[in-house]
Amino acid sequence: MKVGIPRALSYYAYYPFFETFFKKLGIEVVVSDESTKEIMDMGIEDTITDACVPLKLFHGHVRNLMNRVDYVFVPRLVSVNREATFCPKFLGLPDMIVCSIPQFKNMLEVRIDLKKSRFELFKICMKLAMTFKKGFFRAYNAYLNACYSLNNYTHQFLQGGIPPLGIVGQKKNNPISLAVLGYPYILYDPYMSLDLIKKLISMGVYVVTPEMISKGEKEKQVGKLKKNLFWTFSNEVIRAAYSLFENRKVDGIIHVTAFGCGPDFIVDKLMEIDAKKHNMPFLTVTIDEHTGQEGLNTRLEAFVDMLKIKKAKKEAALA
Amino acid sequence: MRKVAFPYMGKSYIAFKNLLTAFGNEVVLPPKPTEETISYGTKYAPEFACYPFKIVLGTFVQVLEAGANTLVSSGGVGPCRAGLYTTLQEKILKDLGYEFEMITLEPPGRHFKDLMQNIKKLVNAPLTFRDYVRIIRFAWRQLVLLDKVEQLSHKVRSLEVKKGAATRAYKECVEMIAAAEKYEDLREIERECELLYDKIEKKDFDPIKIGIVGEIYVLLEPASNLEIEEMLGDLGVYVERSMFLSDYTISNAVMDLFHMAGERDVKKTASPYFKEMCGGHGRESVGNAILFAKMGFDGVIQLSPFTCIPEIVAKSILPKVCRDHGIGFLTISLDEQTGKEGLRTRLEAFVDLLTSKRRKAKSFTVKPQMAKEMA
Repeated sequence: MKVGIPRALSYYAYYPFFETFFKKLGIEVVVSDESTKEIMDMGIEDTITDACVPLKLFHGHVRNLMNRVDYVFVPRLVSVNREATFCPKFLGLPDMIVCSIPQFKNMLEVRIDLKKSRFELFKICMKLAMTFKKGFFRAYNAYLNACYSLNNYTHQFLQGGIPPLGIVGQKKNNPISLAVLGYPYILYDPYMSLDLIKKLISMGVYVVTPEMISKGEKEKQVGKLKKNLFWTFSNEVIRAAYSLFENRKVDGIIHVTAFGCGPDFIVDKLMEIDAKKHNMPFLTVTIDEHTGQEGLNTRLEAFVDMLKIKKAKKEAALA
Repeated sequence: MRKVAFPYMGKSYIAFKNLLTAFGNEVVLPPKPTEETISYGTKYAPEFACYPFKIVLGTFVQVLEAGANTLVSSGGVGPCRAGLYTTLQEKILKDLGYEFEMITLEPPGRHFKDLMQNIKKLVNAPLTFRDYVRIIRFAWRQLVLLDKVEQLSHKVRSLEVKKGAATRAYKECVEMIAAAEKYEDLREIERECELLYDKIEKKDFDPIKIGIVGEIYVLLEPASNLEIEEMLGDLGVYVERSMFLSDYTISNAVMDLFHMAGERDVKKTASPYFKEMCGGHGRESVGNAILFAKMGFDGVIQLSPFTCIPEIVAKSILPKVCRDHGIGFLTISLDEQTGKEGLRTRLEAFVDLLTSKRRKAKSFTVKPQMAKEMA
């Protein structure tokens, strides 16, 4: 038995959980290949034009997997906490996939809605194990292991590493530190983000992503907005931004967003207005399937250079 | 004194104006969205904001310039973005230096206390309980009647002999309704409106029938959908729209108060294709398309603002739905760049296709009968 997990969307936020869970159940896990131009092009073929890039890429990854495995795992992420849900594209993901890829028949659709109680995730895992005819104790063991591995994953972020990109730790004494804010499925996919994070690190920048800011610190910022945003990932991003405005641990913020991303126009504008208020340098990078390497390089270099000059001037004035 | 303004949406401003004036506010009437409105909107709104956001923001700038100090708009509970629009609009407008109070009317199910407090802010006249009943009954009746005359105009326009007769009748009806002062007047006006439409000379033929589904604002506001219903009517097409403001209010505000889901049958119809609520009107679009197909319509047109997330989900699903039910499907993304003539060409082509499809189907259905007779 082989289960395929597409390397897109929720994969980057939660993959240790599902990977470990399936493995411990004794099911072989196949993750789709890393994003390439071919996968992107396959995705573009199937999706409608105004869908966002991550969604197109997800379609491509499904196509990449579907003939190699018995089932392709497509989660319908509804909520992981009480306060927020996910972008409508996550809610309608299996429905869209079925309609856009007509030859796709082996979908393993799992609805994940955890707002009702604390045991919802456990119940979903048990149900999933039952469909594969695995015993209770084995499933329970797999569930515990999965939770542990997800915790481990989030812990690695808090230590300053970026596990999906293979970055273990960063030098703390870098001259400039920058926050790169955005959704995990954009930031941690090197093809989609055009390797933005590694590029910044090679320029001598200490990079902070929303996942690297602890949960407690983000929760302190809950009251800052008149009304909470409706989407889990967006809340993470905006709260990370507010906490950075407050404690000023970084010299500037780069917001990475996908072209046509629905929630991001609100997130981006809110951040832009508040960054101006807090005197925080702010850059928005919009990514679509045509974005060129060189254009992005130039913008990043200019932004980093400007921050370096600003910092040097400040230090000179202080001296 | 409060100078209240609200977003412009179809002809609903007539009812809202009466309601707010009767509650003791001065109303700054929002102007009909024009090029100017949209240019304000696109100037101050973020690039990817959907078209309704831009139009409403532009309208707010115009009414604030005209001296309004209170803005009333609707809220929401997501996951559609529209629920957060007032938060962002307030921030953008305050950043531009305008001073005003934003009142967001949230759906009563989850924010009942909040809603009541906000409504209290808008009541600035001493009113008895009977006054409330009278005012609300009158405004509601106006709203329902406005929807009714609009619906009638869609029906009649495809059959009219003299081009423009239905549009003229519709304008007259709206004027009459706007001029009404008492609840009793409205009953008289309703009869007169029906008579007005009856008097229009009609052709006797079976027009192509097209159902329109999509996002509520672009459905209801003719300035945002380039008067698509009128255009289709002029092409001799019978148009039916899936959504009117009065029905929407009942299914979303009143039913929500009792924690019941509105438009249950639509959602149920959509469920084989669309299993999850995803905000906005995505699921309603799919459900209504199926209902239109069952009612024997020839085609469905989906209107959506560019980058509207729920409609993108629906747009991925609708082609399969329409293929399964054997009806035509056309999707139209609307934003400030959409041109009227380009749209007309697309509509003409779509209607031509539907006509030829119907002709083919007719000659096709005769054949099996003949075969039977011969056997």
